[in-house]
Formats: sequence, C-alpha cells, structure tokens
Amino acid sequence: MIQFEHVCKRYGKVEILRDLSFTIPAGKFICMVGPSGCGKTTTLKTINRLISPEEGTISIDGKNIKDTDKVTLRRHIGYVIQQIGLFPNMTVAENICVVPKLLKYPKAQCDQIVKDYLEMVGMSQHANKFPSELSGGQQQRIGVLRALAASPPIVLMDEPFGALDPMTREILQDEVKNLQQELNKTIVFVTHDMDEALKLADIIIFMDKGQIVQMDSPEEMLKNPANDLVRSFLGKRLADSPAATTVESFMRTNVYRVSKTRGVHECTERMARNSIDTLLVIDEHKKYVGTISIGDIRRWGRDVETIEPLVRQTERTTRVGDEAKDSFDYLLDSGSNYVVVLNEDDTIAGIVTKTSVARSVAENLWGDIK
Amino acid sequence: MTELIDTYGMMLVRAIGVHTTYVLVSVTIGFCLGLMFGILLSRVPQWTPVILPIISIFQTIPGLVFIGVLFLWLGMAPLTVIIALSIYAMFPVIKNTYTGILGVAPRYLEAAKGCGMSPMQTLLKVELPLAMPMIIAGLRMSATYTVSWTVLASMIGLGGLGDFIYQGTASNNNTLILLGAIPASILAVLIGTAIDMLQKKATPRGLQKEAGK
Repeated sequence: MIQFEHVCKRYGKVEILRDLSFTIPAGKFICMVGPSGCGKTTTLKTINRLISPEEGTISIDGKNIKDTDKVTLRRHIGYVIQQIGLFPNMTVAENICVVPKLLKYPKAQCDQIVKDYLEMVGMSQHANKFPSELSGGQQQRIGVLRALAASPPIVLMDEPFGALDPMTREILQDEVKNLQQELNKTIVFVTHDMDEALKLADIIIFMDKGQIVQMDSPEEMLKNPANDLVRSFLGKRLADSPAATTVESFMRTNVYRVSKTRGVHECTERMARNSIDTLLVIDEHKKYVGTISIGDIRRWGRDVETIEPLVRQTERTTRVGDEAKDSFDYLLDSGSNYVVVLNEDDTIAGIVTKTSVARSVAENLWGDIK
Repeated sequence: MTELIDTYGMMLVRAIGVHTTYVLVSVTIGFCLGLMFGILLSRVPQWTPVILPIISIFQTIPGLVFIGVLFLWLGMAPLTVIIALSIYAMFPVIKNTYTGILGVAPRYLEAAKGCGMSPMQTLLKVELPLAMPMIIAGLRMSATYTVSWTVLASMIGLGGLGDFIYQGTASNNNTLILLGAIPASILAVLIGTAIDMLQKKATPRGLQKEAGK
C-alpha cells in the first residue's frame, strides 16, 4: 500500500504537485494518465525518492519513505524508464542481475533468477548478448525483468512502452499484465495513452495541473468521466452516439416464428431442429400473439390440436425506436432470456437477448467492432 | 656507421633508457592524478563553464617556462623534470575523463539511480566503464605529448634524448639531431600503439558493437 498525504512539489514558483492525497492499494495495477506536464511522472518519481516533495508525506505499508535510506529504498522498488536504459557495458544477464548483485545475492541465486526470468519471456538464448544486439522490444523486456529481478513488491514504470511500435507494445502490455497478476505486484504505470491505461489498469488516476481529477476503475471512468478533459481523453470509447442506443441496433432479426394455427408436433419438431425452447407465435396477419414454450407443450400438448390454447403473453415486448437500455436492464434484472421487439403494426421485428447486451458493452468500450 | 655506434652507442642506449623512464613515470603519475581530478570535477558538473577554460589555459603555458620556474625552485634534480612532466601529462587526462563522464547519457544515470546504486557504485559500474574509451584517448594524447616534452629535460642537464638534439643544434651536427629525434619518434609511435591495444581491451564489448554500427 502506497499512501500520499498532502504532497506538494514546486520548481521555483511553479507548482508541480498540489496537495496530493491518495492511497494505492497493494497488488493493484495503477495507471497514471494525464496531459503532458500534469505531474504524473513527478508523482511516480517521488515514490522511489528520485524527486523529493517539499511538503507532505509518502508512506509505503505505513512506513514513511523518508525514514528509509534512499539507496535501500530504491533497491526494493522496481523501476522501468521509457528510454530503457539498459547498461550497454553489461550483458543481458548482468543487466538483469544489477539489483540482486547490489543486494549481495549469492551467485547461484543470480544465475537462477536470470534463467527463470529469461525463460518466462522466451529469451533464454540471449543471456550473453549485449543490449545493442537486441531489438527495441527485446531491450524493454529485459528492462522490465531488471526491475523485477529482486522481487520488489512495487514496480514503477515511466511510459515504458512509449518508444515501441504498436505491435510490440501490445505484446509487452499483455506480458506485463500477466506478470503482474502472476507475481501479484503493485505496479504504478505512467502513460499518456488512455487505451493503454484502460487495457492494463485496475485503477486509473487521471491527473491535470498537479492534481488528481479522477481516481476510478476503468469502468467507472468510462461511465462517469469527471470532466471534459477526461472525456476528451476517453474519446470515442464513450457511448454518446444517438444511433446506437435504440433496440433495433442490438436486436437479432433471424427469429423463429410460427402461426398459431399450427399443430404441437410441428412446433416440437422445429424447436428440436433449431435447438431452441421457445417459438414466437403470430396470427394470420403476421401480428405478434405471444410465445409457445417446450415446457407447456410437454405438459398439455396431448390435450390440444393446435398450439393456440398454449400461447402465453408473458414475455416483455418493446417497440422499434425504444431505448435499448430499458430492455437491457430488464434482461439483467429479471433473468429472462429475451425481449420481443415489435414494429408499429405489431409484427415482429426481432428479439433482444443477453448477447445483445454484451455486444453493446463491447461497442461502447472499443468502438465499432462490426 | 660503426664509428658512430662506437662513439655514441652506450650514450644513446642510456639516453633512451632515461627518456623512457621519464615518460613512463610521469605519464603514470599524470594519469592517476588526471583521472582523480577528472572524476572529482565531474561531481560538480555545474562548474563546467569555469573548469574547462581553466584547463585549456594551463595547457597553453609553454613547457619550457614551467620547467624553468620549477628549476629555480627545486634545483637540478630528476624530481623537477618528473613533476613538470606529470603536471603536463595530467591535463589531457583530466579533460577527457571529465568530458567522458559528463557525456554519459542521462538515461543510464537515471537507470542506475533507480536501481538503487550509490553514487560510488554508479561511478564504478556505469560512468567509468562508459567513459573509458574517452579516458584512454586522453592517456594516449598525454603519453605521446610527454615523449616530446621530455626532450626539454636535457635543457636543465638531466639527460634523455634531448641531449643529442641540443648538442646537435648547438654544434650544427645533423647526425646528432637525428640520433635524438628518430628514437624519440619511434618511442612515441610504440607507446601510442601500446595504448591503442589497451584501448581495445578497456572498451566494453557492448560499446564496441555500438560504435561499429
């Protein structure tokens, strides 16, 4: 747990951090996002005392970091920088072992660490190469491993993937997220890329002008952005395009209809063939009458010729043009499997199912996915 | 030719020995001092605008003047020569150590600090190895200069290859001048080559690759 209490930092008269107070829970992936100069990197660097604030206290697990010697503190906090900064005079293995060696681990243990970690990222054959012989993505993998080598509970990352190409960045993001979950680290990750933050973070801290604008889970931030700046960072991922909020955008149109004059056997046959348990029933004008379920047929099917007496009108219906949200809420709350969507003239337009809800959520999060 | 060797042979061998000794001793002392001062000065990078010009000014004081002043003070002793040459040998090393260390990219220093290296560990494990090619270049410059400056030793009667050159110019004897100048040049080339080999060894392998790109 990292706790900031009334932390202030100034350079001359310019206030970089203004009275910051917040708590980072242990074992979480924290992303700090904000425009350039918002103080996110400064905040990060106060944690391992690369920058000392003028006022306020920062404590890790209840212990003021000022009470720990700077050098000792840093050996127990992993640190990854954007420019990678692998030491060019050391091999990959030596780079990984910088901190374990500073902590005077025995040589056998260092070798084991190198072996284990390189295996984890599939780079075992590169142990004795020099950084200049690796690609940018490989170098930053080693940069991350160097930060993790001595198993620090906290790892700070300062825009670690900013200089990498988009493909490599994706891959490294996945790897880091997996490592974090596997090793249960607290990671504080600075980025200006909201996509990256949404993908990685358990908690996003959005900063502007040295203050925290919003500190929330990605979901909560998407749902309720605190102000216009946050909204503009979230950009297209917000659900605000009017076309995508009505039921017809999400409904399924290939539904199984049956006329109310049909016999029970035909219905059972159709249900079995399509692996469904309900059919929508229509009258001679193709207007919606109700539904017929396999359960009712099994119970009373013997006594009737046509299905008409067994039709129920219990399913909820909605009209084309209605807000999808109401149907979604109903589906999620009631446990029903679908809502029937009707046209103006009472004919069937389609149904909205729980799959539609999932698709809507996905579209809101990641934009159009068609 | 045999006559020449008979007359000057022993003298020449002795002179080469004395000359080489002066060079090795003063370059060694100068290198150690230069490295030390260079490192110390690099701890206060904010002084750069003052320090570099001062070093340059010192380098431009003619060696002759310096040896003359020291001669008045310390008298005619090998120590006079060693002190003067060491001080001269020191400057190129100071300058290159200083600029070499300051030239280490900030990202390596931030990484070193972030990993929890103390200032001393940062110096020994990161700054000096990365500055090493530059420092050795300073040593090379200092050694080759010192070979020629050592000629001045004979000006105050303390031997070395300068004896031949001064006698030759005084008596207008070209043979004597060459007898002094040729071994001095060869010595300079030999020392330069030796240091080049050292440089290859001292440059971290990772840096060689980078330089070769």
